[in-house]
Formats: sequence, structure tokens, C-alpha cells
Amino acid sequence: MSTASATASRKAMTYGDRPGMLASLGRDGLLQIILIANTIIMLAPIVIMVFSAFKTTPQIFQAPFSIPDFTQVGNFIKIWNETNFLRYLLNSFFVTGASMVLILTLGTMAAYAIGRYAFTGSSFILMFFLAGLTLPLKLAIIPLFMLMRDLGILNNQLSLIFVYTAMGLPTTVFIMTGFIRSLPNELEDAARMDGASEARIMWAIMLPLVRPAMVIAGIQNVVPIWNDFFFPLVFIQNDNLKTLPQGLTTFMGEYTTDWGVLFSGLTLSAAPIVIIYIVLSKQFIAGMTSGAVK
Amino acid sequence: MRRTVEQFRGSTAMAQVTIRNVKKSFGAVDVIHGVSIDIKDGEFVILVGPSGCGKSTLLRMIAGLEQISAGDIEIGSRVVNDLPPKERDIAMVFQNYALYPHMTVADNMGFSLKLARVSKDEIKTRVARAAEILGLQPLLERYPRQLSGGQRQRVAMGRAIVRDPQVFLFDEPLSNLDAKLRVAMRTEIKELHQRLKTTTIYVTHDQIEAMTMADKIVVMRDGVVEQVGAPLDLYDRPENLFVAGFIGSPSMNLIKGKIEGGKFQADGGGVFPLASVPAGYEGKRVIYGTRPEHFVFGAPDGIEAKVVVVEPTGSESMVLSRVGTTELTTVFRERVMARPGETIRISPDTRLVHLFDEASGKRIVSAH
Repeated sequence: MSTASATASRKAMTYGDRPGMLASLGRDGLLQIILIANTIIMLAPIVIMVFSAFKTTPQIFQAPFSIPDFTQVGNFIKIWNETNFLRYLLNSFFVTGASMVLILTLGTMAAYAIGRYAFTGSSFILMFFLAGLTLPLKLAIIPLFMLMRDLGILNNQLSLIFVYTAMGLPTTVFIMTGFIRSLPNELEDAARMDGASEARIMWAIMLPLVRPAMVIAGIQNVVPIWNDFFFPLVFIQNDNLKTLPQGLTTFMGEYTTDWGVLFSGLTLSAAPIVIIYIVLSKQFIAGMTSGAVK
Repeated sequence: MRRTVEQFRGSTAMAQVTIRNVKKSFGAVDVIHGVSIDIKDGEFVILVGPSGCGKSTLLRMIAGLEQISAGDIEIGSRVVNDLPPKERDIAMVFQNYALYPHMTVADNMGFSLKLARVSKDEIKTRVARAAEILGLQPLLERYPRQLSGGQRQRVAMGRAIVRDPQVFLFDEPLSNLDAKLRVAMRTEIKELHQRLKTTTIYVTHDQIEAMTMADKIVVMRDGVVEQVGAPLDLYDRPENLFVAGFIGSPSMNLIKGKIEGGKFQADGGGVFPLASVPAGYEGKRVIYGTRPEHFVFGAPDGIEAKVVVVEPTGSESMVLSRVGTTELTTVFRERVMARPGETIRISPDTRLVHLFDEASGKRIVSAH
């Protein structure tokens, strides 16, 4: 025992004595450098977007990376005065919110049934959902357009909500099924012995435990839905129903583009989603099941 | 636990459990082949057997977590075959405790009462009373992840006792605990039963747990009840080879051979004494069973055995020896100083010898 540990410590010493970057910084230091570099690369476009929001178009082209005068809010005022910004923002909130509610409710319920109950065809249903992952909905834009026209919901936000829900369900069911399956059966049995109904077991016992997975599925879906430009462009013509990304294209002219205003619009439209992300990322802290079952 | 507590509100109804010819099959596979057990009100019954013998499945059928394929289960005087678990008035403690991780200890214990729409004050008093019985008062506001294994076990028991059910079910509740804690919890559970006097059905694969805790042991193998009886009955009179080998630790020496001239001639060599030859068995093949602790060390007329291993535990010595090629495990109260390779003389207590029919495996003669 003692000789073995002595050998180990000798080995560790020779490893530590080796010259080079690893030795002076250590493995963790190197990791830190990589992570910091990564953060810079990730944040740079966002920072440039925010900076540009406070510049005029000529300023943007003269000094794209300079720090702007943050008191110069002309772009934001222009957005406020010349577009239906608040309307677009509310529309985006409504469409994204409704889609997320539907995706998470339906997706979790479907995943719960697939994950916790043994019934014939459960794996088929799971495969059916997963097949949706392989199918880009944009491919079916013409049939979708005709479908929405026949349903009479063209130029109606319901069309967006339906498409987004269909888009979001496969990933949600996929993520949630895996997670729900990993929960111990005994918890369910215990709740059943305690007299809980099936709905109660799902609601009071299982759902609190799958919250981290719901957050993952939520973030996975909320970003593309919020940012989506394509479906509103096809389905929505009425200016009062437009979502933010679609509405902000007013500033993208065929010949000239007011970049400053566009960037300030983008900044405003990105802000809610960034805030949601920051708030929810705390929920990622899992460990909710630790202590349930040894 | 050791505090004096007023009797927890005892069940008013008689809670005998009757299991009549119960069968269970999963698809084409039969896992329980017609089991019948009578459990009296207030009895502590342990279902014991090797893994896969169907004991947990039987318990889950009593709980209502598994459907019964055939037969009847009665709790009190009600047939509960088709009742859901919550209508059976039973509580269960699971092997992995199955505490709700997002609820505090108090909420865990009160959950069933909350579901039964018991008033908040009533829940509080009943949880407090159960916590007092189990010594859990300081932990009521903690979460399961902040508890040690033994404390979680106690919370799981608390969750069962707040409901004041007719029957407690335990599914291998101690198997996740370390050896020392297991012994302590064993005593605690037994003490709890003596206090509450609630009918208890307890599943374990550990025969020592079964022997020490039970009023009645049900030995199961492959979905069949091998023997039912009080712990010492099973030890003294195992009805077949399986029970003989399963109950008792270290397990009984079971030696193949035949009876010749009033003595037992082992196949591997060695002649063993018999008190008497059961009628009609002279010259027949039998299995000679003798417990390790039923040997006398150093008897002058004993069997000569060659020592293989000596394992002193302090209080006793376990000696593994060979007679010819027949291996014998023996346990002596005295300290045995023999070395491997030495020859010792040992003699089985003929009054405590068990004989089993080789073909059927059934007991032929009672040792007493």
C-alpha cells in the first residue's frame, strides 16, 4: 500500500516537473484559456450588434468596432415612431408563448405515456415522433400553405402556432421520454400506494422531477421559434399580426438599408430571449433526483 | 425509538391476510404457481427465498401493484383482488425508500393523508406523532437528499405508519444499509411491530433477518412455498433439502450416501452415526444432514477428519474439514487450535441429524 502510493506521488512529481505550458498553467489553466477564447468568439457578434444599435449607418461603416456613444438613442426612437414595434413584440410573445405552452404540455404528456406505460405500439409512436426530427417542415411549405388556406387560418397567428408546435414536438418528446424513463419506478409505486391517481402521480410526483428536462426542451425550442422569419413571411400579411423578425425587415430596403435602426431592432428583439435564457439556465442545475432512490 | 410513546392509534379492524391459491404469470411464464398463506392479525410474517423466487412479486400482488392471475387475496375479510392499492388500507416500505425528492420529510410523510383530504391540523398531529415514534422530529423540514441511509429508511417507515394501515408491507427494506445499521434497524423494526401490533408482511432474501424478526417464516423457491413455520421450527425440522440448506448460517452439511448396517455411508468416504434407521430405509440412498453447530469436537470415538481451514471469529471457531472427499463445515464454541492438514476427531450429535430422501428431497426422519 505505502510503496504503491509512494510510487504514485513520485510519478506525479515527474509529471509536474516537466517544462512547458501545461506545467506552468496546469490543465485547468489551459481549459480556462480555451473557454475564455470561446466566450469572446461567441459574444463578439452580439456586442457588435449592441454597439451598432447606437450608431448611425455611416458611423457603422467608418468604425465598426468602436465603442459608441450610448446616449445616442435616435435609432430606438425611430423604431418606436416608425414601426409597430410594440405590436410586433406582443405578437412574438403571443405566438412563442402559445407554441411553448402547447409543445411542453403535449410533449410532456406524450413522453410520459410513452415512457411510463407499457402498451402495444408505444415504440411505434416514439419512432413516429422521432421521424419528425428528420423532416424539415420548410420542405412542405407549399402543401402547408394550401392546408392553412383550406383551414381558413392564413393571415392568422394560429397557423404559426400550429406549425411551431408540430416542429417542436419531436425534440421535446425525444428529450422528455429519455428523462422520464430514467425516473425510478418505485416512486410511482409509492405514490400509488399513498393513494395518488395517475394524473396526480404525473403532476405532483413526476413533473417536479423532470423540470430540468422541460427547461432543456423549452430552450431548445424557444430560440428558433422566437427568431423564425420564414413562416410568418409566408403565412402572415396583415401588419398587425406580424412577429418581430418579420416586422423589422421594414428597414431592409431593396436599395438602401438603415443598418443602425436594424441593429437596434435586433437588439430589442434579442433581449427577451437572452433574459429568458439567463433566468432559466439556473434551472439546469439538476440533481433533483439525488436522494430519491439510493 | 426508545422513548415511551402512547400507543399509536391501533387499527380497529382485524387485519388477517389470507392468500388462497394465488398464481401469477407474465405472458406465458408462470412465476407464482398457486401459493396459499394464512397470516393472522398482528403477525409478523417474512417471505424469504433466493432472488427470483417470486417473493417480491407476491408482495406486490398483496399491495395491488401487480395483477393476480388466479386465486384470491383477502385483507380483513374483504377480497381485494381487483381493488386498487389505495383502497386496500395497506402501506408499503420500498427497498430504495422511494421518498419524493422534492418534498420535505414532513411532506413525504403527510402526502397520503393530503391525498385522502385529511385536514391540515390532523396531518400535522399525525406526522408529529409518527416522527416522535421514529425519532424524526429534528429532520421534518429536511429534504431526502440531506438524510443518511438510515434516516431515509426511517422516513419511509414513517410514511407508512402515519396512515395507520391495516397491514404493513416491507420489500427488502434493509438491503441498502451497511451491516451495522442493518442490525440496528432490524431491532427497530421489530420493536416498532411490537408496539404497533400491525400485521406485517416482510420480504427479504436474508435468512438471518427472517430468523431474527419473524413470527412466521414462509420459505419460497421458484414461485412455490417450500415451508411455512416459526423460525425455530424451520431450523429444527426443515421439511425438505431446500429449506434445510437455506435456513441456518453457515448452512447445513448435506451429504449424499446410503444407509448400511445402521450407519450412514457417505459416497465420498466416511461413516456417520445414526440414532436409528427409519423403517424401510436400510440399504437405501439418502441425504444425511447435520448442522455445523451440531458437532462435538474431540470425541474419542468421533470421525477422523482432515482440517482444511480454521476460521476463528473470536466467539467460536469455524472449521472446514474433509472426510475422504466429503467436505464438512463445523462450528465449535471452543477455540480450535488445529492447523490445516491435521487430523481431528469430530462427532455429529445423532439426535440432531436430519435424513432426506434422495429422490424426492423430502425429510424422512425427525431428529427429535
